[in-house]
Amino acid sequence: MKKQEVMVLEDLLGSNKKIARDIRKKLIEKGIFAINLLSSPGAGKTSLLERLSEILSPDYKMAVIEGDIETERDAERIRAKGIQAWQISTGGACHLDAKMIGKLFTEIPPDLDFLFIENVGNLVCPASFDLGESLRCVLLSIPEGDDKPKKYPKAFITSDALIISKTDLLNKLPFDIERAKKEGLDVNPRLKIFRTSTVDGSGIKEFAQYLIKELKGLRRSNA
Amino acid sequence: MHELSLIANLFEIMEQKAKEKNAQKITCVKLKVGILSGAVPELLETAFDIYKKNTMAAEAKLEIEKVPLKLKCQECSAVTIKQDLVFNCEQCGSTNLETLEGTDLFLEKMDLEVE
Repeated sequence: MKKQEVMVLEDLLGSNKKIARDIRKKLIEKGIFAINLLSSPGAGKTSLLERLSEILSPDYKMAVIEGDIETERDAERIRAKGIQAWQISTGGACHLDAKMIGKLFTEIPPDLDFLFIENVGNLVCPASFDLGESLRCVLLSIPEGDDKPKKYPKAFITSDALIISKTDLLNKLPFDIERAKKEGLDVNPRLKIFRTSTVDGSGIKEFAQYLIKELKGLRRSNA
Repeated sequence: MHELSLIANLFEIMEQKAKEKNAQKITCVKLKVGILSGAVPELLETAFDIYKKNTMAAEAKLEIEKVPLKLKCQECSAVTIKQDLVFNCEQCGSTNLETLEGTDLFLEKMDLEVE
C-alpha cells in the first residue's frame, strides 16, 4: 500500500454549471428570455408575476416555473391568470438546481418570449445555483428591512436587478430606501434597481419595460 | 442548508478520481471554500462526516482552506483582498472589477492509498 497525493481542482458545482450553460444556450437560440426570481419567502414573487402577466400577456407569451418545498399553490395562482405554469416541489430542498429545470425542458413551448423561474423562497442557497437564466432578479420587501444586501450578499452580488417590493408599506415601516439602494450598489455596482408595489401597481410597468428591452436585446444579438 | 447536496457532488468527483487511480482508500480531502461560495465550512464538515460512512473515505480527514475575496481593478490593475464587501477599488475607487478568487468551491486535492 502506498500513499499518493492527487491534485484535482474540480468545482463542486461544476456539473450544475455545465447543465445551466446548456439550458441557457438552448433558450437563447429559441429567443426565450429566462428570468430567475430570488427572495425570502413572502417578498412578493408570485404577486409580482401575477401583475406582470397583466401587462405582458396581451403582447408577449410567458410561462412560469414555480419552485416550492411543498404544494401546487403558486402554480395554481399563475394558471388562474391564463398563464402556463409548472410546479416543482422540491420536497425539502432549499433551492432549485439546473437539473430540475432541464427535466422540464421538452415541455417548454418554443414560441415563448419570457420564461420566469420563481425560486424557492430563501435568500441564501438559491444564489449558488445557476439555472441557465439570462437575468437574475432579487426582491427585497419593505418588511424585511433595509440592511439585507450586506447580510445576505451572494443573492445581491449574483443578481442583475433588485426589486424593492411592497413600497406601499414605506410610510408604515421604518425602511430607509436610500440605505437599501446603497447597500445593494456597494455589493454590486451594476445592479438595476426598481421599486414596486403590487397593491397600488406602482413600478410594475417600468420593470416590465426593462424586461421587454432585455428580450429585444437578446433577439437582436441572435439575428 | 444546501451543503449536503454539495457534499454529494464532492463524493461523486472523489470516487471517480479515486477509481481512475485504482485507490483503495481516501485518507485526506482538501477543499478550497471561497467566502462568497455560499457554503458554510462548519456545515460542510458536518455533512462530510455524515456522508463518508461506508464509503472509501470513511476514515478521511477533511481540510478546509477559506479563500478570501480577491478583486482586480480593470482601470488601475490594483489587486485587493476585500473584507468589507464594498465592491470598489481601494486604490482608485473604480467599480469596474474582476473577481479573481473567493466565489468558488473547489476540491483541490486528495490523499489516496494505492495498491
